[in-house]
Amino acid sequence: MLTGIHSRKGLQLVVGLLLGIAFGFLLQKGGVTRYDVIIGQLLFRDFTVLKIMLSAVLTGMLGVHALKSLGLARLHPKPGSIGTSVVGGLIFGVGFGVLGYCPGTVAGAVGQGSMDALLGGVVGILIGAGLFAAVYPKIQSSVLNKGHFGEITLPELFRVHPWAVVLPVVALIVVLLVLIEKAG
Amino acid sequence: MCPQWPPGSRRNARKKENRMEWLTMERWSPYAVGIGIGVLSWIAFVLSDKPLGCSTAFARTSGMIEKMLHGRKVLDKPYYQKFAPEIDWEWMLVVGVIVGAFLSATLSKTFGIEWVPAYWQAAAGESAAIRWIVALVGGVVMGVGARWAGGCTSGHGISGTMQLAVSSWLAAMSFFAGGIATAMLIYRVLL
Repeated sequence: MLTGIHSRKGLQLVVGLLLGIAFGFLLQKGGVTRYDVIIGQLLFRDFTVLKIMLSAVLTGMLGVHALKSLGLARLHPKPGSIGTSVVGGLIFGVGFGVLGYCPGTVAGAVGQGSMDALLGGVVGILIGAGLFAAVYPKIQSSVLNKGHFGEITLPELFRVHPWAVVLPVVALIVVLLVLIEKAG
Repeated sequence: MCPQWPPGSRRNARKKENRMEWLTMERWSPYAVGIGIGVLSWIAFVLSDKPLGCSTAFARTSGMIEKMLHGRKVLDKPYYQKFAPEIDWEWMLVVGVIVGAFLSATLSKTFGIEWVPAYWQAAAGESAAIRWIVALVGGVVMGVGARWAGGCTSGHGISGTMQLAVSSWLAAMSFFAGGIATAMLIYRVLL
């Protein structure tokens, strides 16, 4: 673990910027900074989004778990509950279908000159985030804590070795991608 | 034909051009892009001990704007005590995404001011005002949902699912369930 590097704040800001530039470059080259491509996925007309996400998850999962096994990285699973992951996820999904970008690709869309992303998407997400901060204390103990399960991972849930989940998920993703290619 | 010196330099120049051609290509294979994003996430875990994510940066920015308008008492809000309104690694990441997409679009000569996306225009007409209002409403709902779910398509959908986090698998499935239903409603029923 490179803990010495992790604690250097200025350096981390530069690393974040450089990773972001590479991320934005890839998103734009992949076409997912375009409304048409994202809506095409949600309408099952264009499978670019799914192809990118599944190959990113496959690559990332193998690497991150290998790094963890080697002691070079640790995992940061987000905490969750039915109230946050499912209810919040569905609200996000409605926004996703209406806006046609997500918080990462909307930034990329701004970079390629999409004005609906800049004046609509970015401004809207900022307003939405502010609204959530305002209602957060009121829903924190009720909705958000419903069905709380914490920072658990699938291997922890099934009480098995992480690789016993990683390898079947890799196989599943490969099968899905082959099916998508065959259907497409 | 002009003689070239040193011999073979013309061929070398063409080789170099071919090698750089991928930078000017409009689209890359989705698999190359996905693998690239996967490798970026390894680098983020090793160099920064962080998963790639984008939506927290919007919450922090929103807090910074509120702080400018209403002063320091904004910092007392419980949510901003959890996510301080300040520039951090993830905030720089999102700024980087804008820069990276601009570079990519400029290199492939696809950068251009666009008010209404083509697919929307074909179904809903060319009014930039209508598209703007719809995008704004969608953005507000997404802003609420992203913070409600504790992440977005990158934080939960890619970084969280690769870590096999239960919260992220549930959230990612909900993102797409809600998104597919909404897009179908808009394009198959309303428009």
